[in-house]
Amino acid sequence: MKAIVCVKQVPDTAGKVAVKPDGTMDRSSMPTITNPDDLCALEAALTLKDQFGYRVIVLSMGPFSAAGMLREMKAMGADDAVLVSGREFGGSDTFATSQILAAAIRQIGLEDRDIVLCGRQAIDGDTAQVGPQIAEKLGLPQITYVSELKIDGSTVTCKRELEDGYMVLQAQTPCLLTCVKALNTPRYMTVRGILECDREPITVMDYACLAGDPLIDPSTIGLKGSPTNVFRSFSPPAGAPGRMLDGSPRDAVTELFAIFRAKHLV
Amino acid sequence: MILSEKHQTMRKLYRQFAETEFTDALLDALDKTGEFNWDIHRKMAQCGFLGVKIPTQYGGQGGDSLAYALMIEEFARVSPVLSIYANTSNSLGGGPLLMYGTEAQKQKYLIPAAKGEKIIAFALTEPGAGSDAGGIQTSASAEGDFFLLNGRKTFISGAPFADYAIVYARTDPTQSGGRGISMFMVDLGLPGVSRGRHEDKMGIRGYPTGDLVFEDVHVHKEDLIGPLHKGFAAAMKTLDAGRLGMAAQAVGIGQACLDESVKYAKERRQFGKPISDFQSIRFMLADMATELEAAREMVYAAALLHDAGSPETAKRCAMAKYFASEVCNRIAYKAVQIHGGYGYIRDYKVERLYRDARITTIYEGTSQVQQMVISSSLLR
Repeated sequence: MKAIVCVKQVPDTAGKVAVKPDGTMDRSSMPTITNPDDLCALEAALTLKDQFGYRVIVLSMGPFSAAGMLREMKAMGADDAVLVSGREFGGSDTFATSQILAAAIRQIGLEDRDIVLCGRQAIDGDTAQVGPQIAEKLGLPQITYVSELKIDGSTVTCKRELEDGYMVLQAQTPCLLTCVKALNTPRYMTVRGILECDREPITVMDYACLAGDPLIDPSTIGLKGSPTNVFRSFSPPAGAPGRMLDGSPRDAVTELFAIFRAKHLV
Repeated sequence: MILSEKHQTMRKLYRQFAETEFTDALLDALDKTGEFNWDIHRKMAQCGFLGVKIPTQYGGQGGDSLAYALMIEEFARVSPVLSIYANTSNSLGGGPLLMYGTEAQKQKYLIPAAKGEKIIAFALTEPGAGSDAGGIQTSASAEGDFFLLNGRKTFISGAPFADYAIVYARTDPTQSGGRGISMFMVDLGLPGVSRGRHEDKMGIRGYPTGDLVFEDVHVHKEDLIGPLHKGFAAAMKTLDAGRLGMAAQAVGIGQACLDESVKYAKERRQFGKPISDFQSIRFMLADMATELEAAREMVYAAALLHDAGSPETAKRCAMAKYFASEVCNRIAYKAVQIHGGYGYIRDYKVERLYRDARITTIYEGTSQVQQMVISSSLLR
């Protein structure tokens, strides 16, 4: 039983977004973090490992520097890490990325009880497309926006979070799930984990490694194989910082009115 | 010092944990009540922080002294008192067991301490024996399979709630000073042990400190740690490593003071501009950052020397603790100065940091004791 977790290293959007003259993001000049939803997907996989003994494999496409992120995930408890990296893959949009990741998952191999987990969406693009596209390309059943997850044998039962309610859905493994923050709180790395994976190599899949897969065609991967064009990237204007009032509703309202009175609003 | 990737990752982990878990509400409660918070203790234990420096075969994480120093620094940067929560088992509590304990003692006491299931206090200081640690009056006389322990220990961190204490007692009354002292693991649940009142401290509030009183306490011979009459040397060696932790704590407090000062200097406007535009403020910040960086380098270097078993260890740990704690206090002073009147108000973080900083030149050997250690190693 395997849980393959697709993860992405993204620019830390808490800082300023750097943009190249062609309108795309200048990723090399921005600090990076692991996409937060992907950490929830990893936590879900690690919980399956704790409960049922799943083998957890983290999979990412990106530059070699993403190996550090994958090592951190091994320090959290992932068993293996696979980095898909190659010049041919550069500039891929969600369509091309899902081609490549689907081919990589096929290369790793999917068995009856396996599950692919993704974050709902990445904070840099906010498309939420890669997970569903991977499922389509691999012919897997998919459940998106998973906020609760139960597994009984080969049956997966999920609560699917929607804006105005939720659905409870079931699927048979192998399947793909995209996870939202409400699903869990990701665990921390451990110092022991950091030490144990310090010198362990990360498996790298390059173009040659995946070239045999029918999904990997120069016209469907990389910048050339990407139907999306980015016109402009920008930092959204910062809103005024909010302030949370603690305590009981009565105390919070009392405090709120004290603030209003001080500002002569009431 | 350029940290290796693994140490950089550890720093990231410690920072992430501290910034997420050490909430303002928790820090305020610790400072206000002075009480120990078991929830955060358990959370740290679950994450393995209480055994960072303890080998994996004894339930720890197997980290080195630099891994430990980085943890204390990063935790102290957010909360000086919570850095103590993660410190004791790795230094004064676990250290003597690790260095001198038998396999059975390690199994019995070190493993639960590394996992945070039991808390071990370090009981050396007495009302009349502070810097003059060799002047202790607590005695332990052999009686069959036991030692009869009598005496009073004071200013013991964790005394009000610890499960065990490492107690230093004179076992050879014919000897004086550092000679004839032995080290015992004492179960604080034994008949004859009583705990004094919880001291109302200026800073580091939230890790209660108090006295331990021993009246004819029967300590089994199996709980003697290390060789009989040779406990004082063990205490001094334990303190070398402990000082490293306290030096790292001072660096963390200094960094917090600097961070707050830079932020405030950019926000606060006087005479029509941010006070960071004034040279007097800028030069204070420059001095704070420079001294802090020097202290940090000394701490990291001492950590590496300690693990390499260098004969310089005692001196370099004392130097790191002496310098870092004095620097920490200078930085805290300037941080409050930059904040002006606001720095004197409890709502501002530097007010608490200023109080927390003060102990760093005092506990685990005053600055003057560090000067004694450094100078005697030069004149040996």
